[in-house]
Amino acid sequence: MVDIAVEGPARSEASAGRTVTMVQAINDALDVALTADRRVLLFGEDVGMGGVFRASDGLRDKHGEARVFDTPLAEAGIVGYGIGLALAGMRPVAEIQFAGFLYPALDQILSHLGRYRHRTRGRFTVPMVIRAPYGGGVHTPEQHADSPEAVLAHVPGVKVVIPSDPFRAKGLLLAAIRDPDPVFFLEAIKLYRSIKAEVPAGDYTLDLGKARVVRRGDAATLIAYGGMVAVCLKAAEVAAREGVELEVVDLETLVPFDADTVLASVEKTGRAVVVYEARKIGGFGAEVAARIAEDAIWSLQAPVLRVAGWDAPYPPFGAIEDHYRPSARRVLSAVRQVLAA
Amino acid sequence: MEPLRFIAEDGGVSDALPLTPDELVRGYRAVFRARLFDERAMTLQRQGRLGVYPPYRGQEAAQVGAVLALRPSDWLVPSYRETGAAIIHGLPMSQAILYWRADPAGWQFPDDLRVLPFYIPIATQLLHAVGVAAAGRYQEEDWVALTFIGDGGSSEGDFHEALNFAAVYDVPVVMVVANNGWAISVPTEKQMKNTRIAERAAGYGIPGVVVDGNDLAAVWHATREAVARARGGGGPTLIEAITYRMGPHTSSDDPSRYRSAEDGKVWEARDPVVRLELALRTLDAWDDARQEALVSEAKAEFEAAVREADAAPEPRPRQIVEHVFEVMTDDARSAWEALEHG
Repeated sequence: MVDIAVEGPARSEASAGRTVTMVQAINDALDVALTADRRVLLFGEDVGMGGVFRASDGLRDKHGEARVFDTPLAEAGIVGYGIGLALAGMRPVAEIQFAGFLYPALDQILSHLGRYRHRTRGRFTVPMVIRAPYGGGVHTPEQHADSPEAVLAHVPGVKVVIPSDPFRAKGLLLAAIRDPDPVFFLEAIKLYRSIKAEVPAGDYTLDLGKARVVRRGDAATLIAYGGMVAVCLKAAEVAAREGVELEVVDLETLVPFDADTVLASVEKTGRAVVVYEARKIGGFGAEVAARIAEDAIWSLQAPVLRVAGWDAPYPPFGAIEDHYRPSARRVLSAVRQVLAA
Repeated sequence: MEPLRFIAEDGGVSDALPLTPDELVRGYRAVFRARLFDERAMTLQRQGRLGVYPPYRGQEAAQVGAVLALRPSDWLVPSYRETGAAIIHGLPMSQAILYWRADPAGWQFPDDLRVLPFYIPIATQLLHAVGVAAAGRYQEEDWVALTFIGDGGSSEGDFHEALNFAAVYDVPVVMVVANNGWAISVPTEKQMKNTRIAERAAGYGIPGVVVDGNDLAAVWHATREAVARARGGGGPTLIEAITYRMGPHTSSDDPSRYRSAEDGKVWEARDPVVRLELALRTLDAWDDARQEALVSEAKAEFEAAVREADAAPEPRPRQIVEHVFEVMTDDARSAWEALEHG
């Protein structure tokens, strides 16, 4: 269990809550959203009984089968049906059971989801959220541990949000559901039950499109999101024992990308390591590194390094899985390189 | 399954005709307007005043007959071929011209018009129609969604998923397959083993109907029944309209490379617009004077639409980055400034 320091403006305003896991916080957010707005609908495969990760546990009983329902087992159908609901005034929240099962829906996503506002100049919009568990670290079978965020971030008109702890997950999910544009909300499977945090009861939202500094330091900047934030914080703790203070930036929203927060940190430390779980080539961390090169290269004391998944498919559960996902040890190895430069 | 037909190719009218002469006149005026738009749009395209354009000559009755079964509160979810359907459901011709001119002024359909934009990716629109139709039930609206697809589109996975979703949720949607025999150059028999597409409805547990798509009365009647069933809670219907694309797939296509001239002649004799005019004359509901008045009215409408389209403001490069999100991102703002000021 990793404790994550929480910063954020809404925290002081929120009422006393309880200490919960991230999946409980997500369940809470969905409940709040369904209660607050009759237009919100929740659906997907096995969502009615609570979902395979229990994110929708109890919500069908509370809000009724018309609003919380199972779909046929068809991902293009789920996304396409949701787009239609959104076009005609609803606020659909679809669950794709695993991000690695999203691919049948790519035509709907690439051709329509993010394009609708643009191709009708605002006449029609798709205020839809697609939630999907992503990433590895919990020994799932093949195909269950993909991290396709870069694919999604490459789609114009679609926001991509990836929370790193229970408090952030609830506030960001509520913001995503109320956002006027389509949002992918990717939930690191590894974080569902491995971390707990105090989460306020009731309704609160956190701003989309803002990165945040989750640990202050001056030696180098670690940039991560989702499941990799905990890994970076662990690396920073280890480094601190040796007197090296690392700054950790949680991107939180990949699109729109908050370059200012990243650049401000890198301009301060002069060194950057970008950490992500997806395949290294073409991953979102490559975009971050490129942005640093474009806008902050004169502040750099060392090349920007990436610590990411290997250039291979994510391996199935078992003995070698832990060697794919970046670890604190691999992050620290990269930190030593940038500090030595 | 024999196609439903009330008007024969020679204009002979069945005693069972379920439409009044006044309705047939209304239908004829609509198919005529649709045809005139299509002919003139192709001319504009050849003059370089329209972009790539997908004509629908020969399919007017299949489009217009179905749309006439709708109320203004119902939704139309068209594929790229359904410009005629969109116009009859209320899309101003000037807007249609601007759309096919690829002018941003044509992208934004009027606020009160329930027509979704033309769909290019095949079969994807059906799922949206199912969702739109279902959305009415949450808002105590009794709207129905009408959507179109071609025979080739029935091979796509989204066709199956849409039919299944519509059936499982009993959604008030009507899907019309305009079976024009060709998916660009691929004939129906190479597209599917079972060439009677409406029969597939049984596989989803919903009604399937085959109509002579060049008989406006048959299309209108079948769609009217399907729409009434949908509105009444009876769920979706799949309608197959047998028709023929008399022109090319788009203005860039040359059908003589894959279709025989004989084929064209056979279908020329089945022309839906000519057939309906003959039927009206058989019923003594039409004459030369009315025809001349309709011709000049429709021409004037089109010419006015062209003038209106030509008067649209010049597109601005900055429009490329507008309306990506409701609130422009910082990066988009920088691009907007750069495009605006060069």
